Amino acid sequence: MQDAKATTSPLQEVKTTTCYMCACRCGIRVHLRDGVVRYIDGNPDHPLNKGVICAKGSSGIMKQYSPARLLKPLKRKVGAERGAGDFEEIEWEEAYATLAERLGKIRATDPKKFALFTGRDQMQALTGMFARQFGTPNYAAHGGFCSVNMAAGMIYTIGGSFWEFGGPDLDRAKLFVMIGTAEDHHSNPLKIALSKFKRDGGRFISINPVRTGYSAIADEWVPIRPGTDGALLLAVIHEIIATGLYDRDFLVKYSNAGQLVNVSESNDEFGFFVRTEVPTEEACYEPQDKLWWDRNTNRAVVTHEAGADPYLFGDFTLKDGTRVKPAFQLLQERVKDYTPEWASQITGIAAEVIRQLAHEMGVTARDQKIELPIAWTDSWGNEHDTVTGNPVAFHAMRGLAAHSNGFQTIRALAILMSLLGTIDRPGGFRHKAPFPRPIPPCARTPNDPRGVQPNRPLDGMPLGWPSDPDDLFVNDDGSPVRLDKAFSWEYPLSVHGLMHNAITNAWRGDPYRIDTLLIFMANMSWNSTMNTAEVRQMLNDKDENGEFKIPFLVVCDAFHSEMTAYADLILPDTTYLERHDVMSMLDRPISEFDGPVDSVRIPVVPVSGDCKPFQEVLIELGTRLKLPAFVTKEGERKFRDYPDFIVNYETEPGSGIGFLAGWRGKGGEKSLRGEPNPNQWEMYQKNNCVFHYELPKSYQYMRNWNKGYLEWSQRNRITRYGEPILIHLYSEVLQRFRTAAQGKGLTRKPPEHLRKRIETYFDPLPFYYDSLEAQVTDKHKYPLAAVTQRPMAMYHSWDSQNAWLRQIHTHNYLYVNTLTARQQGIADGDWIWVESQWGKVRCMARHSEAVEPGTVWTWNAIGKAAGAWNLTPDANESQKGFLLNHLISEELPSVGSTRISNSDPITGQAAWYDVRVKISKAEAGEPEQTSPQFAVMKPYPGMKTRSSILAFLGAKPK
Amino acid sequence: MTQLALVIDLNVCVGCQACVTSCKEWNTAGSAGPMVDQNPYGADPTGTFFNRVQTFEVGEFPNTETVHFPKSCLHCEDPPCVPVCPTGASYKRKEDGIVLVDYDKCIGCKYCSWACPYGARELDEQQQVMKKCTLCVDRIYDMSMTEDDRKPACVKACPTSARLYGDIHDPESAVSIAIRESGGYPLMPEWGTHPANHYLPRRKTRIKIHEDELERADNPLKVDRQLPKPAMSEPTLDDVTTW
Repeated sequence: MQDAKATTSPLQEVKTTTCYMCACRCGIRVHLRDGVVRYIDGNPDHPLNKGVICAKGSSGIMKQYSPARLLKPLKRKVGAERGAGDFEEIEWEEAYATLAERLGKIRATDPKKFALFTGRDQMQALTGMFARQFGTPNYAAHGGFCSVNMAAGMIYTIGGSFWEFGGPDLDRAKLFVMIGTAEDHHSNPLKIALSKFKRDGGRFISINPVRTGYSAIADEWVPIRPGTDGALLLAVIHEIIATGLYDRDFLVKYSNAGQLVNVSESNDEFGFFVRTEVPTEEACYEPQDKLWWDRNTNRAVVTHEAGADPYLFGDFTLKDGTRVKPAFQLLQERVKDYTPEWASQITGIAAEVIRQLAHEMGVTARDQKIELPIAWTDSWGNEHDTVTGNPVAFHAMRGLAAHSNGFQTIRALAILMSLLGTIDRPGGFRHKAPFPRPIPPCARTPNDPRGVQPNRPLDGMPLGWPSDPDDLFVNDDGSPVRLDKAFSWEYPLSVHGLMHNAITNAWRGDPYRIDTLLIFMANMSWNSTMNTAEVRQMLNDKDENGEFKIPFLVVCDAFHSEMTAYADLILPDTTYLERHDVMSMLDRPISEFDGPVDSVRIPVVPVSGDCKPFQEVLIELGTRLKLPAFVTKEGERKFRDYPDFIVNYETEPGSGIGFLAGWRGKGGEKSLRGEPNPNQWEMYQKNNCVFHYELPKSYQYMRNWNKGYLEWSQRNRITRYGEPILIHLYSEVLQRFRTAAQGKGLTRKPPEHLRKRIETYFDPLPFYYDSLEAQVTDKHKYPLAAVTQRPMAMYHSWDSQNAWLRQIHTHNYLYVNTLTARQQGIADGDWIWVESQWGKVRCMARHSEAVEPGTVWTWNAIGKAAGAWNLTPDANESQKGFLLNHLISEELPSVGSTRISNSDPITGQAAWYDVRVKISKAEAGEPEQTSPQFAVMKPYPGMKTRSSILAFLGAKPK
Repeated sequence: MTQLALVIDLNVCVGCQACVTSCKEWNTAGSAGPMVDQNPYGADPTGTFFNRVQTFEVGEFPNTETVHFPKSCLHCEDPPCVPVCPTGASYKRKEDGIVLVDYDKCIGCKYCSWACPYGARELDEQQQVMKKCTLCVDRIYDMSMTEDDRKPACVKACPTSARLYGDIHDPESAVSIAIRESGGYPLMPEWGTHPANHYLPRRKTRIKIHEDELERADNPLKVDRQLPKPAMSEPTLDDVTTW
């Protein structure tokens, strides 16, 4: 290069928007030269990423200009098979007319025959609203196969969760424990915080079968066998209680530790908290009507009575003869036999290491207390001069969640965090608005099939938070109303649905056949489905009349993904740089610990080809179908387009609540609530596309029980109730299901074949059990656990087509502990077979010292089908790269001939990481190519041709 | 005399590759570009990068360290790539110590890449000229940018701020302090190249728990293990015997 000083082109302009190369949603500056994206960097004035950007964000240019972009609406050619990729171009009007006619008929007859499943769960305020307005119960985003156990396990325990709704406060923590793979949620904010934490002298422990990603810089790596985290956590709880390292004061005031549970087995109320009175109304909060056994007066008193101090241990008898025990006593009894020695056998972690972990957590929490000079008032009117923090922070996501014992494991984690006194306190776990919420949150689905009616919106939310069996969405005979069987007795607390079973169920017609399946941005014939090869067949399978078993399949995607090949109709989506979008408080915003934050995307380049943002498609379809939210009483169009909808939509007329919380009111003078502001988009644009409401310091901590915060939250309609949200060490919600399974109480009862299952897994206290798959696997035959992790340059698996990123991860290996590999005669780089009881895959092995000997693992979603994503058919991704999904079943054998989802029995969380495998060297002479292989995908009409050489100059070609 | 350099903190680098692609996107469209990619959508794609992260394992299970190691031109104070260049294309700038290649003079003979012990140079297969890290020389002096932006793209991008940038000849600069106080070291000093870039090693934080820390007067078990006294009305030996 010349000895240049600067080359800034006068043509350059800079626009701000929000990244969407992964789900992290950083603020970005897009630098344009002559209308071409020349450079994308982090926005230094954005609260989330403060100017930094990751490998993916820096490669957005290659997404924008990728030859894998779909640029025209397409329909499958008459007579072509699904999967063959024979499409013809159509115009949007034909696409809309086709959809409006078909969906109109479905809505007028049986709305549940339309199913909408989306890969994207940060847009569900709109997609969920569309489904509800349409009247179908068959809607979910990808949470069921992502990390719903994390959301449900924590929200049902502490009223908040990791990721969008809360996280570790590494600014103040002294000890940080990360368990299992969790790197992709959050990405940049966690990296920023982790680095600062380490430089400030914090100690970082990583508990993970694999040492990669963030674990690489951990001060200590504790290798653990996959799926055994629950055993470890219960043993740590055992040790914390046995040594008295719990925060007694915190537990007494802020959890149900001291509340008395009825332990008279013959009593109808067995296992429930004793109440002073029968609740008069069913409201979505917990009335303070429970009892403590007061140490000072040695009698039962109402909780939080002034001057009272409850026993946490003991066995008492009420005046009416009812035997009761404090919840903490029951927890202690539960963990009594969960000793470090017991856990050591299961986890592979030495007992002394488990003790050391417990002691480090407990002593750090106790002896390194933080005192912030912040005065606040608790829900009982007590004034505090300071906010206390116990500086031990945790983080976990899919590593714990993607197991069929994940919900109870995560309950154990949330309970451990509570025992250490770290909930919404400095240095521990902190909430992000709109959380904390009541346990469980108030949204409910209909609980009756009559909630689904022709030409009517769904009578309830499409997803919700059941609090007892009567909240389940089941038919009178107890069978599921939903296609994915969510909120049924099979998976009662499936709060994010079970997208991973939607296709199989629709194909089999169990519980029923549907007509139209609309999939948005989810690769359900490849890396987002289990049992990939068979699911691909189901998508193309026909009944005895020659009709497709799933009659009409619509896919909206920006790229030439494996799923698009199966579509009857393809709707080409835009990229994130071409669209308006909102990260809304009604959804999963980007809030910070210190208050609500929402943000927007504003197009920085024109739409490519004939693409349309999916949001626009929904608004247009909603209008054509005359769904009430989108049309006036007279049936006329209410919203010009998506931006107009965002500004003017209110949850109900005059509510002042809309998708965006910033610059509301006619002139933008109001926050959170206020009339629509016609200039709201411009105001976001002027402010880096982000709105940050910083709470007063006194509202930033202890929010479950912070009177000021809860009242503020009520006034701003973030929540309906201002009651304190006590931590559920003991879960009455779970006990209600168990009691029903035992045939007791007045609620609905499960069908006979599921009674045992409900009774077993709906334990009000966390317990450890071997995963459901392990229970039906011969572990001698399949001795290894197989898991995946995400490389940071490919978070969220959306960018195989990216010319720069694919050079970093062109294909994947199966990583095998060196000793384990040698025992099988497998050398580094050998071709091997990996086999589970459900399928087999040929791939390449790589020796590793950074994986525990009983585990094999690979990077997720690097392997692609030949020709997909407009890569050449001989691209490494399809020839050497592989998918572990072929080894994982979406169903497990259940009682008798019935099948049940390969999921957590409580939440329906897909149990990706339960699979057991064996490995063997491929025979000499076998092709050095991944198996299975599929028919090569061809490019579709309207797509650009790929170049064989790329010299990107960030300028218009001359 | 100024010697600009990067100091890379391996203690916080998580191997995210942000430096790799942020470098690529700035420089391919900047004055050092293009950075050509061959077979970008085909088999064995390969392109020019000024900066790559290598990940490797050290030690045997379970005492394994996984190291993420970003590598780019080290802007040596005594660069072996410069004297071997037959055309003078490879040169070291006096004013700031940056080592650059003048593409107009480069004939693609690769002597420099053979001379470089660090493998930091990559031949652009399309243009047949040698390319390498410029420390974003087209950013760092661009007065139309804010001071915060006048840094190499990789430094700005790095989410863990593992990449420090500054003048290692200024003893008060952040990079000099980091090298001095955090054990900064050059790569392969035995080659006598005096690399300007330095690396900071991994550091471990441990917590020592003394046994007596588990014995405390305020241990809550001392409160919680106390069981209630029996009621005065409950039977005792007083009721049944006279001794």
